[in-house]
Formats: sequence, C-alpha cells, structure tokens
Amino acid sequence: MLELTQVSKVFFPGSPDEKVALAGINLSLKPGDFVTIIGSNGAGKSTLMNMISGVLTPDAGQVRIEGVPVHQLPEYKRSRWIGRVFQDPMAGTAPNMTIEENLAIAYARSKRRGLALGVTRAKRRFFQEQLERLNLRLENRLKAKVGQLSGGERQALSLLMATFTRPQILLLDEHTAALDPARAELVTRLTESIVREMELTTLMVTHNMEQAIRLGNRLIMMDKGRIILEAGEDRKKELTVERLLQEFENISGHKLADDRIVLG
Amino acid sequence: MLSSMIHSIPGALQLGLLYAFMSLGVYITYRILDFPDLTVDGSFTTGGAVAAVMITNGQSPWTATACAFLAGCAAGAVTGLLHTKGKINALLSGILMMIALYSINLRISRVPNVPLINQRSVFDGINDWALEIVAVLIVLVLLDLFFLTDLGLSLRATGDNPRMIRSFGAHTDNTKIVGVSLSNGLVALSGALIAQQQGYSDQSMGIGMIVIGLAAVIIGEAIIGAKSILWATFAAVLGMIAYRVIISIALQIPWFHAQDLKVITAVIVIIALVVPTARRHLRQKSAARKRTAELMAAASGASGGGER
Repeated sequence: MLELTQVSKVFFPGSPDEKVALAGINLSLKPGDFVTIIGSNGAGKSTLMNMISGVLTPDAGQVRIEGVPVHQLPEYKRSRWIGRVFQDPMAGTAPNMTIEENLAIAYARSKRRGLALGVTRAKRRFFQEQLERLNLRLENRLKAKVGQLSGGERQALSLLMATFTRPQILLLDEHTAALDPARAELVTRLTESIVREMELTTLMVTHNMEQAIRLGNRLIMMDKGRIILEAGEDRKKELTVERLLQEFENISGHKLADDRIVLG
Repeated sequence: MLSSMIHSIPGALQLGLLYAFMSLGVYITYRILDFPDLTVDGSFTTGGAVAAVMITNGQSPWTATACAFLAGCAAGAVTGLLHTKGKINALLSGILMMIALYSINLRISRVPNVPLINQRSVFDGINDWALEIVAVLIVLVLLDLFFLTDLGLSLRATGDNPRMIRSFGAHTDNTKIVGVSLSNGLVALSGALIAQQQGYSDQSMGIGMIVIGLAAVIIGEAIIGAKSILWATFAAVLGMIAYRVIISIALQIPWFHAQDLKVITAVIVIIALVVPTARRHLRQKSAARKRTAELMAAASGASGGGER
C-alpha cells in the first residue's frame, strides 16, 4: 500500500545548521496497517509525514503508494490518496466557511473541481449522516461557520473530513497534542472507531506512549532520522510504557527527550 | 445647498451601480483571496481603453464591453502568474502590472484620451437605470453562484486556509490565478461601462481605483456586515453606492473641491482600517487590566486571611 525505500532528507545542506532529518528510511505498510510512531524531538517524525504527503520531496529514495512512485508529485496531486490531520486544530478546516462547505471541499478530493454546485441536497444528506458519527450534534449546525466551533470540535471535523472519502492512506500528525485531555480522549476514540470501521491504512505520530502502545497493530520508534525499533503485532502486545522507554535508552544510548511526552 | 445635494444623488446612485463591478472585483482579491491587488488601477483603464477603441472602430458596444472584460481577465492572470509562479510578493506583483499597464493602455488607445461623443454605447435605446440595475443583479447572482461551486469553494478556501485546501487536492496557484483574473475582469468591465457613460476613456481614469474599491468594500461591511458570502458581495455593491453618495454630498460643501476627492477617499479607508483595530486593542487592554486587578485583590485577600 505504502512503501518507502531509502528515503533521505537533509535540511540546510552545507551550512553550519545542516541537519540530517531522515537517513535512509525503509518502511512498508500493508492495507489496513495502523502504525504508531514515537520518538524524541527532532527524530524526523514530522519530516517523515511531510515526505509522504508531498509537502517535502526526498533528496534520495522512493515513496510509492499502491505501487505508483509519488515522491516527485506535489502535495495537491498526492492528496488523491492521502488524508491528513494536522496537530494544529485550526489547520484542517477553513474558519470563514460553513461546516457543509468545508465538507464539500473534502468531498471533492481527487475530483476535478468545476462549476458544479459544491453542496447539493443529496450531498447535504450524506454530510449529515457522516457528522452523526461524531456525536457532537454538528449535523444540526451545517450552516454554522467552522470558526465558531471549539478546538476539539474542529479537530473532530478535520478527522471526519480527512477520512470520509476513504483515502488509501491516513496521516495523523500528533493530532490530539494541542487539545485538553478530555477533548484529546474524544478525538482518539473517534480515530479508533473511524480507522477500524473504514479499514484505513494509517500512520500516526504521537507523543503519548500509552496511546502508541494501545492503538494500532504496529509501533515504530525513531531517533535521529532513523527507525531504531519496530514492534509488530505480537511484540506490541507485551509492551509497557516502562519497557518502551528502557528499550529506547538501550538502543539509542540516551533518554527519550520530548518536552511534551505523556507517559499515559 | 441642500437642494443641490439632493439633485446630485440620482447621478451618484448611477455611478455607484457602474463602479459596483469594480468593488466586487476588489472584494474578490482583498477579502476572499487575501491578496491586496493593485493591478486594479491599471486594469480599470484597460477596460475603458479597449471598449473605447473598439467602439470608435465600429464594433458593437456589447462586443467591445465583453472584450474589455476579457482584457481585464488577461491582465489579472499575468499578476497572478507573477505572484504564484514568479514568487513575487502580492503587493509588488500588482504594482509591477499596474506600471506595465500604463504603457500597454496607451498602446491600446494610442492617445491619452479617446472621445466617445456621437458613438454608439450599451446605453443606447435602454433606460440607463434599468440597464445598470439589471446588469449589477445578473453579475451579483452569477458571482454568488460561482462561489458555491466546487471551484468557487476552493477559491474561497485558498484565502481562508491555503494549507488545508492543498491537503484536499486543490492547486492554490491555479485558484489564485483564477481569482485575480476574474477580479480584474470585473474591474475592466466597470472601466468599459464608465467610459461609455461619461463619453470618453482617459489614460488616468484608473488612478486611485484600488483605494475607492477598498473604501466601498469596507463601507459596505460596516453597513450590513459580511455574515455570509451572499451578504458580503451585496455589501460590496451597496458600499460602492454609499461611497458615491457620500462623495457627491461632500462635493456640494463649498469648502471642498473635486481634487480633494482622493484625499477624502484615503481618509475614509484609513479611518475604517484604524478604528476597529484600535478599539479591539483598547478593549483587550482594559479587560486584561480589570482581570489582573481582580486576581490581585483575590490574592491579597487570601494572604490577609492567613495572617489573622
């Protein structure tokens, strides 16, 4: 489904600030895989996400989606396959447009945008059905501007917009990190149920160790632009937060440093 | 003085309707795309020049007006290309295009002033009011419908949250070019109609248009707000009409001269831009001060309780 081979990226090459963000990443996802990614600050987690979504292009290596090499395609062309939720709850929606208009924009992903009406009666009914899954009563507020929603509501809407067209790949970039614990819990629960229901192939960066262990069927740990640990289904079941931290120290030789780390 | 003020109003209303296409154009760039586009000063004249030259060469005024619209679209597309593909700052791409258009407009009209006396115009044989009102309504409805289409939605999202719309597969370069192009098409349409209405096109007729357009958009929002896209486009039209009425009344005051027009316009825009920001700033500051005082009082009250 998604295949990365020897993907590398260097920022500010040749300058004193030179930084190897990714050093030959190999990663292969099967359809339906749900991979959680953890790692310290500057490990390259976000760079990896940007590399897959097309915000950045690799200096070397290949990215393939369903066998198609996509690493030279710009973001707007890759979005045919990829749904994405950002860390910033404000980033995934257009605040001055209504809920139904935002959904219409998401609905038009991978379609040619022409002069057909964005919101039709049939689409509106579909949007309402989809919104009901969030249990936030947003289905009654289709004409409300998204800017009036709370951060948690906006992130839940972003999640729905990224997923309801069933993208081949779902990228979640610490999408609960900016929310308060109750809202984060809600969005995490929605993520779990939507991913399971739609059988989405998912990559999720998280700083929450407990969440990284509990969610998904695979876990990878990154440090200094490399994948240093990969835990498959069976090994993941036996992991605990303590063991994970210990493993990290053993392999990398230093403690997991993330100023926002949550142990669970 | 009062009667002359009242007499000046119908003319101001008509001008407002004709300039309304221009304020709709400015609304698209300034409010929807968040792209302050100065091309307007040049493309307004382009519209006037294209229409005047075609009409004096015997073309139908309707064809001439349509071509003026297309010429404006082309000018806007170049500005859009400079900004998106050339990565030139939005303001600067508009200024560059505006300057280039001064020469291009002279090339089109060959002389600085093209008289249209005794020439045909779109106003022939139709009641001026009927034509103006119907034309504005048609453009307003078409524009509102456009903003509800998939393309229109992606254009609005480009100004609202470019990162989001890219992640949903729209190429923001393209949506910006379409928007700036459409905007300048409307501006040129306005220029073409004004030239026919006043009986000449002039090399300098576009000077200051961007500021007038901004004034109209801001005045319109102040009057009826911009709750939805339909209200906002209507506000741009209403704002322009209000602006023309305000100006025509101001000019009846003996102390004002016609050459003061531009400074009055600039002052209106400055007030409209400064006042809301300053008011918000003051309100926030006083709220913060009040809240801090409350917290301090609560803290000293608590420590006072401890001593007893």
